[in-house]
Formats: sequence, structure tokens, C-alpha cells
Amino acid sequence: MTRKSQVAVTRRRFTQLAAAAAATPLIAAPGIARGQAAAHVVVIGGGFGGATAAKYLKKGAPDLRVTLVEPNDSFITCPYSNLVLGGWRDLESITHRYDKLRDRWGIEHVREEATAIDAAARSVTLAGGDTLTYDRLIVSPGIDLRPPEDGGIAGYDEAAYEAMPHAWKPGAQTLLLRSQLEAMDDGGLFVLAAPPNPFRCPPGPYERVSMIADYFKKNKPNAKILVLDAKERFSKQGLFQQGWDLFYGDMIEWVSLADDGKVIEVDPATRTLITDFGMEHQADVANVVPPQYAKAVARNNGLADASGWCPVDGQTFESTLLPGIHVIGDASIASPMPKSGFAANSQGKTAAAAAIALLEGQELANPAWVNTCYSHVAPDYAISVAGVYKATDAGIISIEGSGGVSPMDANAADRKLESVYADGWYDSITADMFS
Amino acid sequence: MRRGLSAAVLAAAFVVGLPTLAAADTAADTAILAGTCAGCHGAELGGSGAIPTLRGHSADYIRFTLKSFKNGERQATVMNRLAAGYSDEEIEALAVYLSQLQ
Repeated sequence: MTRKSQVAVTRRRFTQLAAAAAATPLIAAPGIARGQAAAHVVVIGGGFGGATAAKYLKKGAPDLRVTLVEPNDSFITCPYSNLVLGGWRDLESITHRYDKLRDRWGIEHVREEATAIDAAARSVTLAGGDTLTYDRLIVSPGIDLRPPEDGGIAGYDEAAYEAMPHAWKPGAQTLLLRSQLEAMDDGGLFVLAAPPNPFRCPPGPYERVSMIADYFKKNKPNAKILVLDAKERFSKQGLFQQGWDLFYGDMIEWVSLADDGKVIEVDPATRTLITDFGMEHQADVANVVPPQYAKAVARNNGLADASGWCPVDGQTFESTLLPGIHVIGDASIASPMPKSGFAANSQGKTAAAAAIALLEGQELANPAWVNTCYSHVAPDYAISVAGVYKATDAGIISIEGSGGVSPMDANAADRKLESVYADGWYDSITADMFS
Repeated sequence: MRRGLSAAVLAAAFVVGLPTLAAADTAADTAILAGTCAGCHGAELGGSGAIPTLRGHSADYIRFTLKSFKNGERQATVMNRLAAGYSDEEIEALAVYLSQLQ
């Protein structure tokens, strides 16, 4: 039937399909509620994309049956975990429970890992062996860190995560890195290995360095920070470096790809990082953020291309590889939208609206989105990058003349205002997801 | 229920000869664009902390505010950069949509 042929369809084609479905009720997709069993949408992953999608599915179509497949009972946000590293926040303050999604919104929460997806049978297999069947599936799995044998850093396997934390998935790793920073002597060297593009949260490594510099400034003023980067430039670079000069003097040294910043091997036993040209850096505390790709459940089930990320139709975030499945958040290829929590939240709403429209045989929206990513640099001093995006037949585009970063010459009041707005953003987006 | 609005916006887009892609064509489009406002302006767009609510404003006020952000007459932090990406039709659709929030 028509649904099987929806691979890489254009916006116009979608509309035709929707019209065809509406005109031929006998073979149309199951309606959301027609006096028979309600249609069922399964959401894999309860992060910024998945939690938002689940809530907005029920908000848009209360009669829909929605199941969230997520092993954890609560979600710890990657945004603001850098503030935990800096000692500004505790982990509890960035932990959000799924209670209201279950109790207020009526979402079924299956606390298991999804392991297999069968697009033809429209079913999801869980780690315990049970299967769930769906009418549409939304996959918001997040990322995996690439292991040494699959594009990662030599020596940086799971066993190395204790000696050299990544802290790129928040929780125990965040607390481990924080405790290593606390145990470090004044005068010690902290090294952060920053990943190549694309990766989760482009400004994240540099906000992290800022937060750790603030902690050192107050507690270990002779400590040094070395950033070894696999890139030539990074998000909000001019603004970060301006802030580092202003607040942290010569504490932070950033080494670009061209200056031999790319870490290709680590030795966890000695906390040594080895670069492409053979330079060895021995750290007192090392934070390795390795190359990334979409999480295994997406890659192992035909949703990712050779890049390791998942191609999607920008209008619906439906996979261009497998029909009936939307992929959102960091795992999806949505460039120029960044791999941010903000973008995943917007994509969750978009996929939810598209899933409802497709189930009801209604016309699809032509979505446009904004994104704002704040970064704290020092107390009362934050910067931002913003963008406006739109889905077109040629893919997602950035609207010309819009967006960009905070002005280099902004005054102290504006930097403070952005730090206050950053806190407001955090409260707003987490409330939007979980309340 | 907001189909009347979408028809008017669509008509406006045709009158000024813009490709419909540049405009918020339908209520569904506007809902998605407004939905991304919630990333900062909060659940139900009610604001949080220092970030103001988008509820309870007249369409005139929202239209005026977004246009003055867009043309730089009013200086903000991120809103100038965001409003610069909205077409006049999107601003009109957002103004009506937000003013009608219950």
C-alpha cells in the first residue's frame, strides 16, 4: 500500500499520498480513534526529542495511544551538566522525572531498552524479548561514542571511561569528572579533547572549559587548561575566547587541528593523550569527548547512512531510508539545524504533528523553526547563538539574514541578561517537556 | 478552527506575489513556528524567570514588537536575530495566533 512507498518523498508527493489515503478509506492508515482500537505511536528515547514528541502527540491527539520506550525513570539533561562540573549546580537540579508524562498525559512508559525495529512488520523488540507494534514510530535515541574500532580514538574504549571520563552523557560520568577535578592539586593540568564535527552540542566543550576555569579560578588558581581540538574552529569561538581572556587570563590554551590538536590515541593508565603528529600530553585530569554517531538502535536497524547519522525528510522528520519511522534529535541529519536540545524539542513537536496528520490523512505542515543555544562563560556572563530554519523541497535551510551570535561588543548588562535568559531557557524547555 | 486565519494569510501571500514557501501558509505551520517559541518562552508560552510570557497580548502589540525587533528599532539580545528570519506573513500569523491563545 501507499505507505510503503514513502521513501524520500517530496512535500508535494506527501500531499498527494495524504489525498489518496483520504479518498480510499478502505486502505487508509488507521485513524486515531474511530470507535475501534486507537492508533498507536511508539516513541523510542525520552530525551529532548522523545519526551517532547510523546507529550505533544497526546496534546495534539488525546485519543492516540502513545508508548514511550525509555529504560530510565528520569532524564538528566546534557545542557547545564557543565554547570555541575563548575560547581554551580547539583545533579538533582538537572534531573527530571517522567511522572507527569505518565500521570497527566496518559503516556505508557515502558522501562526497557529497544533493541530491534522491523519497519515491515511495524514492530519494536525490547531488550526483554517483548515486542510492541505501532502505527507510526518516532525514534529519538541520541548518540553513541565511537569506539576505537569504529572511528573512535585508539585506547578510548569503555574501560577507559573511568580514568578519562567523557561526561558527554550526563549522570555518573558528570559526577566522576567533577570528583577528579576536586581531587586535582592546584597547579595541575586539565586536558579536554574536543571532537570533530558533527557532534552533540557544538558549543558544549567550550562552555565546559569556561565552567571548569571558573572553578579553578576560585579554588586552584595555578591550574592550567589545555583544549586539544580536532577542528579548525568552533561554535561562538570569538566570543568564548574574548570571555576567556577577560576572566581567566592565560589559564586556557586552545590548540586547533592545524596546530596538532587532534587526539588519535590515549593511554588511560597514565592519562596521556597522543596527537596526530605524535605529541604526548600527560594530564592530571583528562576529559575525552570522542567522535560520535547515532545510537546503536538506529544504526543497527537501517536508519543510519554511511555517515553513522540518520537522513530524514525535513518536513516530517520521517526517515528517508525506512517508511513509517521518524528520527529526531541528535541522531538525525537536520543540518543546518544544530544537534541541540532546543532543536530536538522543536523536531519532537514537528514529528508529533506530522505523525498525527499522516494518521488522520490531513495535509502536512510546512514547518519553520528557531534555535537558541546559550553558553555560560563566567558568572553573570553568557553568550548565545540563534538561528531560524525552514523545511523546503531541497531540504532544511537557514533563513538568510537571520540568526548569528551575540555581538562581540555587547556591554556587561547584555552579557548578564543573556545569563539570566539562559536560566529562563532551561526552566522553560524542561517545563515544556515534563510538565 | 483557525482556518479563517490561514486562508487570509495565504491570500495575503498571493497578493504580494511571494512564493508560499516564504509564508506561514496554514494554522499548522503557525502552530509549529509558535511551538518553537516555547523552547525559551516556556510551556504554554507562559514565560519563565526573566523571559516574558507570550500570552495575553494583543495582536497589535505582538506585531509591533516583532517588527521592531526585525528592523532593529528595538534592541534585544536574541530576538533581533530571530525576528530577522520571519517574513511579514509569518509575523502576521504569529501575532494573530498568539493573541488568540486561551
